[in-house]
Amino acid sequence: MKRSLVLIATAVLMAGCGGGGGGGSSTAPQQGGSPAKVTLEWWHLSTAEPLKSLWAQRAKEYMAKHPDVTIKATVLENDAYKAKLTTITQSGKAPDIFATWGGGVLRQQIDAGLVKDISSDVADVLPTFTPAALSAYQFDGKTYGLPTDIGLVGFWYNKKLFAKAGITEPPATWSAFLEDVKKLKAAGVTPIALAGKEKWPGHYYWAYLAMRIAGLDALKQAATDHDFTKPDFVAAGQQVKALADLQPFQKGFLGAAYSTPDGQSATVSNGKAAMELMGQWAPAVQKDSGKGLGDDLGFFPFPAVEGGKGSISDAFGGGGGLAVGADAPAEALDFVKFMTEMGNHSKAVESGGVLPVLKGEESAVKDANLKQVATLLAAAGGYQLYLDQAYPPAVGQQVNDSVAELIAGTKTPEEAGKDITEVAKSEG
Amino acid sequence: MTTLIRGPEAVQRPAPAPAARRRGRWVTIALFLLPALVLFLLLVVAPILVAFYSSVFRWNGFGGLPSNFIGLDNFTRLFGTEIFGQDLWHLLVLVLLSVCIQLPFSLAIAMLLNQRIRGRALYRVVFFAPYVLSEVITGVLFSLILSPESGMANRLLSVFGLDSEWLANPDTVMPSLFLVMTWKYFGFHMMIYLAGRQNIPNELIEAAQIDGATSWKTFRHITLPLLGPTIRISVFLSVIYTIQLFDLVWILTQGGPSHSSETMAVTMMDWGFKRSQVGYASAISVVMFLLSLVFALVYQRFVMRRDLAGATTSMGERR
Repeated sequence: MKRSLVLIATAVLMAGCGGGGGGGSSTAPQQGGSPAKVTLEWWHLSTAEPLKSLWAQRAKEYMAKHPDVTIKATVLENDAYKAKLTTITQSGKAPDIFATWGGGVLRQQIDAGLVKDISSDVADVLPTFTPAALSAYQFDGKTYGLPTDIGLVGFWYNKKLFAKAGITEPPATWSAFLEDVKKLKAAGVTPIALAGKEKWPGHYYWAYLAMRIAGLDALKQAATDHDFTKPDFVAAGQQVKALADLQPFQKGFLGAAYSTPDGQSATVSNGKAAMELMGQWAPAVQKDSGKGLGDDLGFFPFPAVEGGKGSISDAFGGGGGLAVGADAPAEALDFVKFMTEMGNHSKAVESGGVLPVLKGEESAVKDANLKQVATLLAAAGGYQLYLDQAYPPAVGQQVNDSVAELIAGTKTPEEAGKDITEVAKSEG
Repeated sequence: MTTLIRGPEAVQRPAPAPAARRRGRWVTIALFLLPALVLFLLLVVAPILVAFYSSVFRWNGFGGLPSNFIGLDNFTRLFGTEIFGQDLWHLLVLVLLSVCIQLPFSLAIAMLLNQRIRGRALYRVVFFAPYVLSEVITGVLFSLILSPESGMANRLLSVFGLDSEWLANPDTVMPSLFLVMTWKYFGFHMMIYLAGRQNIPNELIEAAQIDGATSWKTFRHITLPLLGPTIRISVFLSVIYTIQLFDLVWILTQGGPSHSSETMAVTMMDWGFKRSQVGYASAISVVMFLLSLVFALVYQRFVMRRDLAGATTSMGERR
């Protein structure tokens, strides 16, 4: 009795394990000659219009062209997407096609053998992309994804509220920026909206200040020497603190999310705060989450810090790309190429949902603010990917966490530097 | 007096079967147990073992089983962090608040609804309803209600010229969280107490009243002692729930602002799924498991001993 019980348990266990590693795809075995039915799992996080419908439209068009292919899209909001993708990749699978930011997170997935090396298959189309757009998906000369979007983080501001506070032009230096924050407060306007509950929007402040004060190379070096306690990094932390000490954020910002009806985006969108530091998708999300500012919405790049080693032309941000799971059928990559073709991709650019990733696509940008972003991007001296994507996940999340603590006032700039260093060393 | 209460002792046990029939019965029992046993091994025991195993490795969760053995480093690291201490503190605070406020409150409501008052069935249903909602729905509901800018709670308070940042302020987040927990769970404990109360024979209460006991004395010396087993089980459930508290916190605050409402389960989620240090997260889960286990064993051994006599402590042997 006992033995048969163990046998059965073992059999069940083995059956359970044997099922793994099959990849997210449900490809029927190829029968010679006639094309087999293929189902592609596509995960992305474009939950806001216009991309939401545009991407669905692309999938429909592709399926019409290829009747044997079915594309099953899973669309999730940012945090949920990250959580679900982490869970499935740790179980040893990856969706056939999935949205990625590239950087350290993609690197970890590549090292685990979950992402297809598409270098040779995309060799023909690679030259059509701008190098900045591609950089986040290339490691050691190999390509693991194609970009659908690239942009940068900057301040999106409400022109009317700036005028109300008597600010005639956007600040070009950090000290002018802090002065403007004071002016806005004095005029009874909440200067900045921030989603304190989700920590990534806060990390933009520290990341940009670190870039401006310590320079791009210092951030790159920190990835290898794991030292975030250097004076320049602490100085960046002190400036974050200096800003937070002015109490520039909306009421209850520590509990606010980004895209919820009372979140960071909606607060700006409904004219309740004068600005937010956010990426190129900010206008689209604003329209989605609130009334929208229309022509009152303006953009200015993150100001220069006096005496800093970084240049104002250095850009911080990222885009979005599509990577292909290691076990995905050939159609998966074909669809990614289809998505990023000039004819198809420029439609998404025209809609204002994404920025150009292909050479010569700039003319498709219609919106004046996005045009400014695209111009800045084209002229960018250096480019830094979001720190929570560029560094390994544990370090990136610790940056987010420590900056949140700095802003909440529970940690000093020195302690924040020490905490990040400790985690970076633990990743080794 | 105690002879009036029907306990497990009163249940009649069948006479022992002859040896052969007993053996046949064991096979039948084993066969019936098999599916449940296999599921239990696969879904409960195996993951626990894997968690114990991976807690002594440095592992990012990718690719087969971990291989980079680091001994107890994950544990020493965990015990050295400030956040772990905070997690324990939050646990203690919530347990104390639950036992000292939430449960007495539930008991009071249960006693109230045991009286003959108009519409008590309706009250019972209404008070129990929050327990039926899922934790996620409760979380979303209260993040809307407690929103500092546009939430219902602040609009109501503003009538009295008050307002609060609720979940958005490190100083008010724990009381706010406890408020939501209480809203969700007081109905459940109320139901347990009501059921317990109804098992107390009315003769006892009547006898006390005839002897001239005031209603407080009746409650203090008759109802409360006889509700003992019920109260002990309700404290037990409440503490175990608090050790594992996750969903509600995750939806409401994600442990913030800056860790001020973080629980052990939230810390584990953060390291395991957001930061890909699965070995370290496993160590956290092992600590949680041991904490629950030790509490459960100690509590059952010393506090619930009488209530469970014959069920767990004596392995079901005949007395």
